[in-house]
Amino acid sequence: MSKVYNSFAKAVSDIRDGSTIIVGGFGLCGIPEKSIEALRESGVKDLTIASNNCGTDDQGLGILLANKQIKKMIASYVGENKIFEKQFLSGELEVELSPQGTLAERIRSGGAGIPGFYTATGVGTPIAEGKETKEFNGKTYLLEEGIVGDFALVKAWKADTLGNLVYRKTARNFNPLAAMAGKITIAEVEEIVEAGELKPEEIDTPGVYVQRVLLGTDYAKPIERLTVRKA
Amino acid sequence: MDTRLTIVKRAVKEIQDGMNVNLGIGMPTLVANEIPADVNVLLQSENGLLGIGPYPVEGLEDADLINAGKETITTVPGSSFFDSAESFAMIRGGHIDLAILGGMEVSEKGDLANWMIPGKMVKGMGGAMDLVVGAKRVVVIMDHVSKHGESKVKKTCELPLTGLGVVDRLITDLAVFDFTDEGMVLVETSPGVTVEEVKEKTEAPFIISPDFIQS
Repeated sequence: MSKVYNSFAKAVSDIRDGSTIIVGGFGLCGIPEKSIEALRESGVKDLTIASNNCGTDDQGLGILLANKQIKKMIASYVGENKIFEKQFLSGELEVELSPQGTLAERIRSGGAGIPGFYTATGVGTPIAEGKETKEFNGKTYLLEEGIVGDFALVKAWKADTLGNLVYRKTARNFNPLAAMAGKITIAEVEEIVEAGELKPEEIDTPGVYVQRVLLGTDYAKPIERLTVRKA
Repeated sequence: MDTRLTIVKRAVKEIQDGMNVNLGIGMPTLVANEIPADVNVLLQSENGLLGIGPYPVEGLEDADLINAGKETITTVPGSSFFDSAESFAMIRGGHIDLAILGGMEVSEKGDLANWMIPGKMVKGMGGAMDLVVGAKRVVVIMDHVSKHGESKVKKTCELPLTGLGVVDRLITDLAVFDFTDEGMVLVETSPGVTVEEVKEKTEAPFIISPDFIQS
């Protein structure tokens, strides 16, 4: 059975209301643009999304927020989005803030079959409230739980037909972790090659983690803060 | 010299040749511009890069290459890319020599608050809570006194904490403090600033270092 899908609508068609979805990307860098658009078109709602950020008002996960499809957001930083603020303050949107490194490790752990781990991050802060603690060598650590998604949406640079993935520059970010933690992982890429054309040494995410591969075209790749110097 | 530049120019002295350094978003990012050419460091960006280079030449920007502040950047020779879990493994695992972060409040015990103000929209802590517990050395840079004239160097932080007892050194526009088992220690004052002025503008009690430097 081929992992390569031709239609984003078909690739997301079994994502139901109330699903938990892990989404790769950092800010608007390395986000699965096409799968997010397909989810908006599908209209599924009450989604729980785990992703480092929640896009901007009109880009990335922000378009699902604007369409009121997200019930709960697990993220480390959500400061770029006014719709987010509005829905959060009105109580429409539930938010779980997780420190960035903790969030990354929670997703990695989920994908690696580890239900929880201890970290010093957040001890003595509001995010420690209600969490179990344990001392190791006289220092206090918090118990944090792994996250598993019904689905994961990831963006890579290249894939082969077996779902092996290669990322480009800092567009890697949360994508390899999201790929591990989805029960069904949907990867969209800029180029699909035959199995064997990617060198085994260059593969970042082994295809075992990836169930569906799609070729995306016309990526917007928005830049949030363009900073340049004169030549 | 404006106060930001005073702070940034003092903060750059914390960076030594051969270090791996994480600079926070905002004022700490400006420290990069002041690093002397003969000091070789690798700057870490928590979204997955060790070896941040200067901003790209106009027209050569790449949407797939950004820093943690979402700014377009370049890489230096010897840089490496990695995923977010690996990035925080190097942070939490004590492999980053120095983190320079901004602050809203610092307490006499070295507690730091820099991520939320109750009543205002919560934006999130990003990677700050991981950095303060993980980096080998944590230096906070901030204005000594708030816009409302209140000391930001407190007996106890009033704002929600980012980390408990995590600050090694605090650099403000007026002074430099270290946090030790004996308490908060004044180690330097900025040019033209007296110890009396620092005392007046600091809510937290402090002792004066035997090696105190009056700049």
